[in-house]
Amino acid sequence: MLFEDGIVERMWGSSRIRHGTNRLKRGFARMVKHGAVFDVTNAEQAAIAEDAGAVAVMVLDKLPADIRAAGGVARMASVDAIEAVMDHITIPVMAKCRIGHTQEALLLQEIGIDMIDESEVLTPANEAAHVWKWDFTVPFVNGCRDLGEALRRVEEGAAMIRTKGEAGTGNVAEAIRHMRMVNMGIRRLQANLDDPQELMILAREMKVSYELALETAKLGRLPVVNFAAGGIATPADAAMMMRMGVDGVFVGSGIYKSQDPEVRAEAIVYAVANWQDAEKVLEAQSMVSEKKSMTGIDIQTLAEAEKIQYRGAQL
Amino acid sequence: MSKKIGILALQGALEEHESTVKNAARNLGIQVEIVHINRTSQLSDIDAIILPGGESTSMKSIGRKLGLFEPLAERIRGGMPAFGTCAGAILLAKEVRRNKDEPITSGMMPLVNMVIIRNGYGRQKESFEVPISIPELDLKLDGVFIRAPIIEKVKDGVKVLATFEDQPVLVEQGNILASTFHPELSNTVAVHEYFLKKVQ
Repeated sequence: MLFEDGIVERMWGSSRIRHGTNRLKRGFARMVKHGAVFDVTNAEQAAIAEDAGAVAVMVLDKLPADIRAAGGVARMASVDAIEAVMDHITIPVMAKCRIGHTQEALLLQEIGIDMIDESEVLTPANEAAHVWKWDFTVPFVNGCRDLGEALRRVEEGAAMIRTKGEAGTGNVAEAIRHMRMVNMGIRRLQANLDDPQELMILAREMKVSYELALETAKLGRLPVVNFAAGGIATPADAAMMMRMGVDGVFVGSGIYKSQDPEVRAEAIVYAVANWQDAEKVLEAQSMVSEKKSMTGIDIQTLAEAEKIQYRGAQL
Repeated sequence: MSKKIGILALQGALEEHESTVKNAARNLGIQVEIVHINRTSQLSDIDAIILPGGESTSMKSIGRKLGLFEPLAERIRGGMPAFGTCAGAILLAKEVRRNKDEPITSGMMPLVNMVIIRNGYGRQKESFEVPISIPELDLKLDGVFIRAPIIEKVKDGVKVLATFEDQPVLVEQGNILASTFHPELSNTVAVHEYFLKKVQ
């Protein structure tokens, strides 16, 4: 199921050109593969990210760790702050909107950012539905905890998926769990590729269409680019996620809540690019000191209500 | 005999080129082996190199640390066929503008005699598709331009194979092919076939 409602046609000289096709939206995500995207709150942090070799930055008002500490309602970043980042760097700029907050998403599209993250890190605005992303020209990335959730977001028009992990904890355990769930789901679909009835039962369990389940089974992976996010704090964390089959990583609080953001950003970029080479990952990990990593939170100590990953519409 | 096609594996859309080049090789009835290149020691072993799309600043940062660009440029200068798309074309350009209004600086591997502007059309909202003709290949394809660069000027020795509104979008300089769009995301393998014919 593909909708093409986000297409804008216009003339360029004597040529008719098309913006916002699914190929362009998913294609943008393809171009950031094997890369690292860093959360930033201002232009200065964005410049550090760009110099370190980040493929993009993600603008928010507060880093996830600070959102967790501050409590209250977390909304999209100030227009000023987003524009300041866009003016300051040349790599792609992403920004977060609240789950289901179509108007925040429209604002971000109007500002002209390169990709919208409809994110559970902000306070969900609609407990029943996510943004209907097919209507947009700008591509979206959405979080997931398992394959069904990932595919439901794809069915709403997400051009890219990321694990939810547990944002702002500096603890990679939940991202690993979510990626394991995605991989297990894909293997289950693949195992039933030749059995339409079993495949349909699985699709119903996952609450997704049969067609998308079949496409995923045939591909043996998500039909869109898939990154890891939520709790990545060190080069080893980033390489660990690459090892599990993600296409790249988002790093939230892990950079600017550490005491060595410049070298850590560079080291994580290097570890993502070279994750298959043990020597190079060691080189990356040696660039950072564990004494300077963000302190982090043991997820076992968090009450269910404090876990960000469960927020937002379930279907 | 099987040809080894390297794909520069610093960052970006490697897998798309990998599948396209394999399909092109099958069409031509030639054997290819794909090698992801991220170490200098691999360079002596390959017969051609593809530089994929992605973020050129990110590739620059990683490639520099690996010391890859000089030895790779040396091999291409020595005649090894190279194909750069989008960010890959930026890496191969002699002269680069970081942005439309910024001054010209020297490219990472100053090989193709052209001036290229990063993000020439603007941000993702300006990314577009348009039909592109390549008369030399007798081919029409969907040009997929994603935060694409603009080739501002081509100089001596550069042949223009395709244009969009009078701007070059696919150029050739001897053993080197460079496009500002993404034939690997398109509906054809013909551009990759054309490239593979250089690898004989």
